[in-house]
Amino acid sequence: MNASVITAGHDVAGHHEHHDDGSKTLLGFWIYLMSDCLIFSGLFATFAVMAHSYAGGPTGKEIFDLKYVLGETMLLLVSSFTFGMAMLNMHAGRRGKVLAWLVVTFLFGAAFVGMEIHEFVHLIHEGAGPDRSAFLSAYFTLVGTHGLHVTCGLIWIVVMLDMVRRHGLDGIVKRRLSCLSLFWHFLDVIWICVFTFVYLHGVL
Amino acid sequence: MSHAHEQAAHGGKHGSLSSYMVGFGLSLVLTLLSFGCVMTGMVPHHLVVPGLMVFCVAQVLVQLGFFLHMGIAPEQRENLMVMACALIFIAIVVIGSLWVLHNMNAYMMPGMAHG
Repeated sequence: MNASVITAGHDVAGHHEHHDDGSKTLLGFWIYLMSDCLIFSGLFATFAVMAHSYAGGPTGKEIFDLKYVLGETMLLLVSSFTFGMAMLNMHAGRRGKVLAWLVVTFLFGAAFVGMEIHEFVHLIHEGAGPDRSAFLSAYFTLVGTHGLHVTCGLIWIVVMLDMVRRHGLDGIVKRRLSCLSLFWHFLDVIWICVFTFVYLHGVL
Repeated sequence: MSHAHEQAAHGGKHGSLSSYMVGFGLSLVLTLLSFGCVMTGMVPHHLVVPGLMVFCVAQVLVQLGFFLHMGIAPEQRENLMVMACALIFIAIVVIGSLWVLHNMNAYMMPGMAHG
């Protein structure tokens, strides 16, 4: 507690360009996330409109493997939890544990992206690529955009690992980790809508 | 080991190990219920879609509450306002698109609809 107060005090004294305590940054980042939400809502709306435009191609029931999707979902859910552990340790000032939990989160996130790429490659080999039908175009765009976000999150985790290692848990690093935490949990929330509306609803 | 000072500074709660555990447990249960609804085939057909919607909304709320630490505290009013605004936009985009295109398909002359 003492250490964190001193760190926070040092931060205010050392960086005069930041007149607020980080809450404005978090609000700004939240506004970005909500605008990202609008991008996804557009893609979800497109997918909903195109959901039955198979053009004689495969339907969702034929190409989606729910057990595989459940596996992906578990990876992302666990990664969300492990990121939470990293944040708890960040607030407790335990740098080593923050690094360890971030690495664990990265591994789960990377496994998720790996499974998704494998799924996409498999579909394209089966002749169910994004050029097959409007349904598949909308599917690849929506799920691909989410996957791209997770990939950006992974890059961000690597950057933060380096920052925590070099600078320790100072005010700026904490603020950036807080933003990344919002971003990572937000992607999990988007994925809940993806597996519900795209996969589960798609096989009905 | 209180973080009251930091909490006040950040205008929000950081959660605790138990709150993350509860959030994770609830998410796990809701995910399994969603997949179970479709995969087991034990749920009556007319209840599957409403069930999925309920579990989806419930899990989104659970994650917003336990992982993103959204709440109704006065310090978080700005965040909630932004989210409410986004929700209105999302409702307009999604419901509007579905409504307009459903009507367009419904009024299409026979023979013009190619899917």
